[in-house]
Amino acid sequence: MDKQLRIALAGNPNSGKTTLFNKLTGSNQFVGNWPGVTVEKKEGKLIVDREVILTDLPGIYSLSPYTLEEVVARNYLIEEKPDAILNIVDATNLERNLYLTTQLTELGIPVVIALNMMDLVKKAGDVVNVKELSRQLGCPVVEISALKGDGVADAAKAAIEAAKHGKTLPQHSFSGPVEHALAHIEEVTVHNLPEEQQRWYAIKVFERDEKVLEQLNIPAGVRAHIEQDIAAAEKELDDDAESIITNERYVYIGNMLKGIYKKKGKGQLSTSDKIDKVVTNRILALPIFVVVMFLVYALAMGTSIADGGIAIGTFLTDWTNDVLGGAWLQDGSRAILEGWGAAPWLVGLISDGILAGVGAVLGFVPQMLVLFLMLCLLEDCGYMARIAFIMDRIFRRFGLSGKSFIPMLVGTGCGIPGVMASRTIENERDRRMTIMTTTFMPCGAKMPIIGLIAGALFGGSTWVATSAYFIGVAAIVISGIMLKKTKMFAGDPAPFVMELPAYHLPAWGNVLRGTWERGWSFIKRAGTVIVVSSIVIWFLTSFGSVNGQFGMVDDLYEDDAVVTDEYIAVVADRMGIPEDEVEPMDDSILARVAQPVSVVFKPLGFGDWKPTAATVTGLVAKEEVVANFGIMYAYDDQEGEEELEENGDQIWDRVAEDFNAFSGGHGQLAAFAFMIFNLLCAPCFAAIGAIKREMNSRKWTWFAIAYQCGFAWVIAFIVWQLGRLFAGGVNAIGLIVALVLLALLLWQLFKPYKEAQKLTVK
Amino acid sequence: MKTLRDAKVGETVKVVKLHGEGAVKRRIMDMGITKGIEVYVRKLAPLGDPVEVNVRNYELSIRKADAEMIEVE
Repeated sequence: MDKQLRIALAGNPNSGKTTLFNKLTGSNQFVGNWPGVTVEKKEGKLIVDREVILTDLPGIYSLSPYTLEEVVARNYLIEEKPDAILNIVDATNLERNLYLTTQLTELGIPVVIALNMMDLVKKAGDVVNVKELSRQLGCPVVEISALKGDGVADAAKAAIEAAKHGKTLPQHSFSGPVEHALAHIEEVTVHNLPEEQQRWYAIKVFERDEKVLEQLNIPAGVRAHIEQDIAAAEKELDDDAESIITNERYVYIGNMLKGIYKKKGKGQLSTSDKIDKVVTNRILALPIFVVVMFLVYALAMGTSIADGGIAIGTFLTDWTNDVLGGAWLQDGSRAILEGWGAAPWLVGLISDGILAGVGAVLGFVPQMLVLFLMLCLLEDCGYMARIAFIMDRIFRRFGLSGKSFIPMLVGTGCGIPGVMASRTIENERDRRMTIMTTTFMPCGAKMPIIGLIAGALFGGSTWVATSAYFIGVAAIVISGIMLKKTKMFAGDPAPFVMELPAYHLPAWGNVLRGTWERGWSFIKRAGTVIVVSSIVIWFLTSFGSVNGQFGMVDDLYEDDAVVTDEYIAVVADRMGIPEDEVEPMDDSILARVAQPVSVVFKPLGFGDWKPTAATVTGLVAKEEVVANFGIMYAYDDQEGEEELEENGDQIWDRVAEDFNAFSGGHGQLAAFAFMIFNLLCAPCFAAIGAIKREMNSRKWTWFAIAYQCGFAWVIAFIVWQLGRLFAGGVNAIGLIVALVLLALLLWQLFKPYKEAQKLTVK
Repeated sequence: MKTLRDAKVGETVKVVKLHGEGAVKRRIMDMGITKGIEVYVRKLAPLGDPVEVNVRNYELSIRKADAEMIEVE
């Protein structure tokens, strides 16, 4: 059997690369990430020949060492040496697209050009001499329309042919002094590298490309020798080496195109220009932006259609949660399993553990699909780039991108799609920062916690909820400013020189595929995390050791021989509750663990096992916090009372009493600290799963979670300790530590900071 | 020295020289803003920054801080 052929698809962003990739591979795709980075990697098998693998490189403008996408692409091309490169070129923007082509032809890999959007060029009355272009570039050129599918199969066949027999030699040369230096470099440093790659390496050495210099490890003497040649060229051409190369490439392209590209006339505004005149108009831009964002939010996460809103997403999610997840999956499976006579622990594991967890994941899916559909639409039609353009000024101060606005907005509904919406941010640093801070926004599931605290201790005051949003936004701003100065983020430069692509009608194939890919990746990755963690939490709350016997606590409590009156007295004493309030859950592993763990929260004012256990179960889903308060404060809906309200108003009195008791009379302050901690600490497991998926790195996922928990702890600590300054009962040590932490926070916020210039990858 | 930052909306300027170094300079040049090319300043973002320019027949958004590195006439 022949060696399997591999073809790389390369091209500028917005050149129709995704459309072409989809047309070439059909449904036969594997989506993943490039190793260790947050950049998406797609591969597929060609429709015209299933034996050929097509790798979609990230959309790039150049092969510089400065952006992550470019480094990923060039490492692949140099190290993996695909058999051919299919270079998609946007014919309506030849100059900038061919700039990448001149670099691709130097790699010693056969190049085939797919000249896209020729239909638009012809429609505008412009002329491109394709034959001459092919001759001058020294590689085959195939005219295609990726959107309509014209010529796509021909391009694929040409690329396969080139992979088997083709050879591409760079046709352009640089000016005299540069070529002189390049010849020297080739002679003394790169002669032992593969012959076809020598030109590429020589040019990179000339450019003083750090990544290549590091890799080649040229001896100091040789280096000094070469440096003389480079310096001579720089002096003669009055520019730095890197700029000389860039400049000469563009000059070469400009000269070449003079005889190839004829523009009919210029000056008149295209449709895209007319749209843009309105959409990013100085006065209208912000109102239009607000309307678009409102629509995205209202359609996906707002008030359900059933309740008079327009949110189809919420409507479907409610249905999935209540009917499909709750009634059919959970209750249905319980009925079936019990009918089969399955052991109670097995019923519990499957119905309450696994299926409840799966149901929770499934519930999000419809809402997320609606949301992703709209985000893909915005991305595909070109508006997403304008969002960055409009919002950049505000967000870049916090180390975020203008596009971070969308994840934050979505995050007020649910943090999971919020985190996933960060995928449209180009810069990896901005993307990571957005992933880390998005879940600070109070999501829908945190609302009941706010409702409980506001109702139980603040007489239902609305400023509690308002302050929650304020705290969320402040946490994002403060974290952004602090983190961008840390080592973790200081590495990468963030040049914000961004193409604003022409508006066009969305390509439905791309939009639907993009929507599905994101939805599916959520189901897969977040799904596995939440299922496993649901099982763990279910186990921790259901099992425990009762009077020396280990087992399911509910079962053991049925047995009067195990749960004797004396034993109940022991438990009541341990938990500090009256004997008639002892519950099976008091003996669960969770309760036992929460007791010592609650020490961690002592300095925050709520070092009691109940809020501790509630906080821990909040990791499964933030709704669980209030549900668990219901269980722990002995709300029993089986005694004819109504089901516990979402904000738990039946237990408000007991919660208030308890908070006041364990905090020494500062119940309000302790409750507020509790709320702050729960708003800011690590999100639920499903959101952590999404963070892991987007970060694509264990280290970064743990860093994000540790930072969120640490930040939450510090803020709640400062609030509790400083708060007591006014409420009375100051703890001297606590106050000093709080002031020190506050000072550190302020120092990190206001210390001077300089943008880095180098990209650090691995 | 006049820079792209000083150019007014609606003005077409010619690039004389690029200052600065490293990633930002390379990125600006990679996007096609090189010596001798004409740049048309199309508009300012609603909040006053960044700037939208037309270069080599396409639209580019660039921050004022970066535009300052581009000397024009």
